[in-house]
Amino acid sequence: MIQTLFGSVEQEPSLLEKLKSGVQKTRAGLVNALEDALQGKKQIDADLLEELEFTLISSDMGVRTTEEILQRIHQRVERHQLNDAAELKGLIREQLLEILQASERAPARVAEPPAVVLVVGVNGSGKTTTIGKLANRFKNEQRTVLLCAADTFRAAAIEQLEIWGKRAGARVVRQTSGSDPSAVIFDALQAARADKVDYVIVDTAGRLQTKENLMAELQKMSRTAKKVIADAPHEVLLVLDATTGQNGLEQARKFTESSGVTGIVLTKLDGTAKGGIVVAIARELNLPIRYIGVGEKADDLLPFDAEAFIESLFEK
Amino acid sequence: MFDNLSEKLQRVFRNLRGEGKLSAENMEAALREIRLALLEADVNFRVVKQLIENIKQKAMGEEVLAALSPSQQVIKIVHEELIKILGSHESKLRFANEPPSVFLIVGLQGSGKTTSTGKLARWLSKNGHRPLVVSVDVYRPAAREQLKVIARDIGQPIFEGEPGEAQPLELAKGARRESAQSGRDVLLVDTAGRLHIDDQLMTELQQLKEQLNPVEILFVADAMTGQDAVKSADEFHKRLGITGVILTKMDGDARGGAALSIRNVTGQPLKFVGVGEKFDALEPFHPDRAANRILGMGDILSFIEKAEEAIDKKKAVEMQRKLIENEFTLEDFRDQLRQIRKLGPLGSLLDMMPKVGMLKDLKDVKIEEKEINRVVAIIDSMTPRERDNHMIINGSRRRRIAKGSGTSVQDVNQLLKQYAQAKKMMKTFSGGILGKKFGKMKLPAGFPFGEMRG
Ligand SMILES: Nc1nc2c(ncn2[C@@H]2O[C@H](COP(=O)(O)OP(=O)(O)OP(=O)(O)O)[C@@H](O)[C@H]2O)c(=O)[nH]1
Ligand SMILES: Nc1nc2c(ncn2[C@@H]2O[C@H](COP(=O)(O)OP(=O)(O)OP(=O)(O)O)[C@@H](O)[C@H]2O)c(=O)[nH]1
Ligand SMILES: [Mg+2]
Ligand SMILES: [Mg+2]
Repeated sequence: MIQTLFGSVEQEPSLLEKLKSGVQKTRAGLVNALEDALQGKKQIDADLLEELEFTLISSDMGVRTTEEILQRIHQRVERHQLNDAAELKGLIREQLLEILQASERAPARVAEPPAVVLVVGVNGSGKTTTIGKLANRFKNEQRTVLLCAADTFRAAAIEQLEIWGKRAGARVVRQTSGSDPSAVIFDALQAARADKVDYVIVDTAGRLQTKENLMAELQKMSRTAKKVIADAPHEVLLVLDATTGQNGLEQARKFTESSGVTGIVLTKLDGTAKGGIVVAIARELNLPIRYIGVGEKADDLLPFDAEAFIESLFEK
Repeated sequence: MFDNLSEKLQRVFRNLRGEGKLSAENMEAALREIRLALLEADVNFRVVKQLIENIKQKAMGEEVLAALSPSQQVIKIVHEELIKILGSHESKLRFANEPPSVFLIVGLQGSGKTTSTGKLARWLSKNGHRPLVVSVDVYRPAAREQLKVIARDIGQPIFEGEPGEAQPLELAKGARRESAQSGRDVLLVDTAGRLHIDDQLMTELQQLKEQLNPVEILFVADAMTGQDAVKSADEFHKRLGITGVILTKMDGDARGGAALSIRNVTGQPLKFVGVGEKFDALEPFHPDRAANRILGMGDILSFIEKAEEAIDKKKAVEMQRKLIENEFTLEDFRDQLRQIRKLGPLGSLLDMMPKVGMLKDLKDVKIEEKEINRVVAIIDSMTPRERDNHMIINGSRRRRIAKGSGTSVQDVNQLLKQYAQAKKMMKTFSGGILGKKFGKMKLPAGFPFGEMRG
């Protein structure tokens, strides 16, 4: 059986609606700020560009990305291709879309189940919760899921995953707290293979990307996975908190280096943070954003779609 | 990695020496670099704007000092402005007159509340208190279990409450009673993570506050937070009146500009930083260190200040004149070496320098203190006339000097050669830049009177 990781986006009837409401805060934030900036300005002048710069920077997009976008606007103004402040919004939107689309990538194809998804990220970004939501999602698609409790370090991390497993009706493979995470993966993948489950989702302990020994531990986990399933892990998701500032770029960089991140999950977008750092990440590291987290409940996970995302950012 | 701010500023100010005053024109590029650095460090853009304004005001019209390079001078001003916001000293926890002192631990999801609760309990017990912890997080899976495991790890008691208890207020009430009964003097209440815009859960916190009358409401914030830090901190403060902040995950490489934003918007002090996942990884907040980190620098400010104190400015100016006119005598040379010595152990001075960028240039620059001491001893053994004019130091004088200073004639020869070389070099760089290489004894470029690196 050939299956695609994460199913397809079109299958969801109310996706756009959910997405819209999910990113409403984001939209309100960015768009309102943009509109504030554009309010009553017909002429594009230095003041307006500065306000726009602030607007973009306040979304955590970062100075470089912001400057690149503004640079292009500036060029067009110079060449008299753009005179009207109202056109700016369209132009910015176009550029954001371009950046996000350039990093879009089809999910990995898995020749033979189980598909192995390794979930990594810094402490507290939302890995375990995202795994619970993913399990729920796959279950709803009539897939079988096995969860692997490879965070053997943090207090009650295993218990937390077990509760999510119970909610989604997914089996959890665990060992005792403090055991070797690679050993848990080994067990989990063998069990998954024996049970012929469709997905194995591996929860890992949070770690800051500067901790070399912990990053090496992730590599070891991947190597162990390959011993059981040669092309595992099929997908490595970096879970990123939308409130993260410029450090997010370093996170994406280092986790990609050490564990071959293939996609990003942007969590906590139900707050007021705009998650603009993913634009910088998409631009600099070419990583696709797979999902967004918009709450703490099992169904608060939405597939990311650049078009819909930007669309909802700019819709009234 | 990005160059650190001081390197950038040095580039910006390369041509400033000799211009006399910091002005709107020559500051413009520098202010831009400062602004970028602060934004890269996640300081909120409004705060940045205000800071830049203040820095501009302060810097404008300042004399370019002899002892400091313009970039150092500007960094000093920036640093002072950051400290003005961050506070100038570490702040202490408050305790109630009547035990138990209740600490309410609040914040966004995943910021580190539960871990910090454990760390604080441990810290308190090490400092003569008898803490009790309780988790009122009835929402997140295994949240209460997590604190239970932590309490066991650190060997501190926890009020567990009924396993199925769904009311945070009930758990808090029970814990309070328990702490009174068992003579616990501090009750740490770990709350569920929540969004500042979640009205219902924010109201719950207000109720907890009302019921518990906490003496500390500590807002736990993640050091990696970006621009949004002001919004959440502001809302938590408005709703609850937080009394302090714990900044977690400072063991990574986040610059922690959120500290500045949060402090600026709430006016409440940062009390602790979390520097690891273990329960001893909690430190008092040092405004000074935080400012350096935001600027991406090591402890360069202490270095600058020391240099400033040690080097008498008038003397420095006179020295520069002498250098330019090639009147630099062995006596002056000795003075300079003494200045360097006054700065303290040179090794530790180097340690104070920024780790990023800077040290990689300085790696091969080793200042050997022993060497300095020997050179000073040799010059000490000379007569004033000899110091004034090294040309008269012939063979017998050299032998006498060597004997007097407990060195060898070779050492004396070498010093005189170095001195002659240095003099020649100084003539070449008559702007007052002491060369990087000084024979065997290497000095950081320009130190002590030229453009100091960093
Ligand atoms: N509002 C909101 N909260 C979220 C979201 N995703 C996760 N959370 C919350 O964020 C907190 C941390 O989530 P976890 O799943 O425990 O994070 P983690 O990355 O597994 O944490 P560690 O394993 O300790 O590194 C929990 O309180 C979650 O309920 C989201 O999309 N929105
Ligand atoms: N590296 C590092 N990790 C930390 C620090 N403080 C907390 N953590 C980690 O951050 C993650 C989240 O910490 P928690 O204490 O569970 O956070 P919380 O705020 O209680 O989370 P919720 O209750 O889900 O909102 C865990 O993996 C902790 O080990 C710190 O100072 N440094
Ligand atoms: Mg987890
Ligand atoms: Mg907690």
